[in-house]
Amino acid sequence: MATVEVAFTPLPAHVRTARLVATAVARRSGVEEALLDEVRLAVGEACSRAVEAHRRHCPAEPVRIEMSDLGERFEVVVRDAVPSAPSAQPGHLAADEHVSSNGAARTIATDNGVSFPAGFGLAVISGLADDVRISATGSGVSVRMSWPAAVGAQALAVLAFSRRAPVTPAHHHDYD
Amino acid sequence: MDLKLGHYNKDGIEVVDVEGEIDVYTAPRLRELLIDLVNKNNYQLVVNMEKVEFLDSTGLGVLVGGLKRVRAHDGSLDLVCTQERILKIFRITGLTKVFGIHDTVDLAIAARKSEK
Repeated sequence: MATVEVAFTPLPAHVRTARLVATAVARRSGVEEALLDEVRLAVGEACSRAVEAHRRHCPAEPVRIEMSDLGERFEVVVRDAVPSAPSAQPGHLAADEHVSSNGAARTIATDNGVSFPAGFGLAVISGLADDVRISATGSGVSVRMSWPAAVGAQALAVLAFSRRAPVTPAHHHDYD
Repeated sequence: MDLKLGHYNKDGIEVVDVEGEIDVYTAPRLRELLIDLVNKNNYQLVVNMEKVEFLDSTGLGVLVGGLKRVRAHDGSLDLVCTQERILKIFRITGLTKVFGIHDTVDLAIAARKSEK
């Protein structure tokens, strides 16, 4: 199981929730402070994409996000439940986000009426994480991103904690 | 409140103060404000992003939409932003070439006026 898993109703209001949680887990996993803004932005983009896809196709299904401390890497996977058409290329997602046959990306008319080329959010993500993998399958799309983390930061913290009697943790607020 | 919006007129230019986070949830409000301002014949806009804590591609889309609307009336939309964390997304998307981005509201206004 991932270090932290969150499932949330596909509402724009909860994208921030996912950003907050991902940033908090990234920090605990030892991701450098300077990289946390990138984590926040990339996770937000992936979740926004998934939320919009769910709102169009399956608004009752939650979007899922898994955050894992993998020692040297911190990894986030955002999964949606919108099946891709069989001919979809990774990165060109659900049926209405296809690249058209002449190679030009179709635009998506978003809620706010501004059209950006399909995959714009993904282009932003790939500018932010050095490792991005997108898988489009019949059951949905997953966007997997990872960042370098300090090795052993979490392990050392757990070790130190387990040697002491249980204490009330100090209040630490993780704001976006 | 996730997003606080205000606006005032200075030297004939409508300055929009944005505070908080511009994301998929809050961006529609900024969009509505920009549309409203243009509908009221304000075609010279400066959007002050100095108190913006977060901006994603939805927010960028709203700003681009605002720019398109004012340009349809030969107007302008300039930004005020010195925060590296916000400038980063403009750089990644190449939008630093599209928007005039200035260090202060006064500099943005001066730059616009000097073009007239």
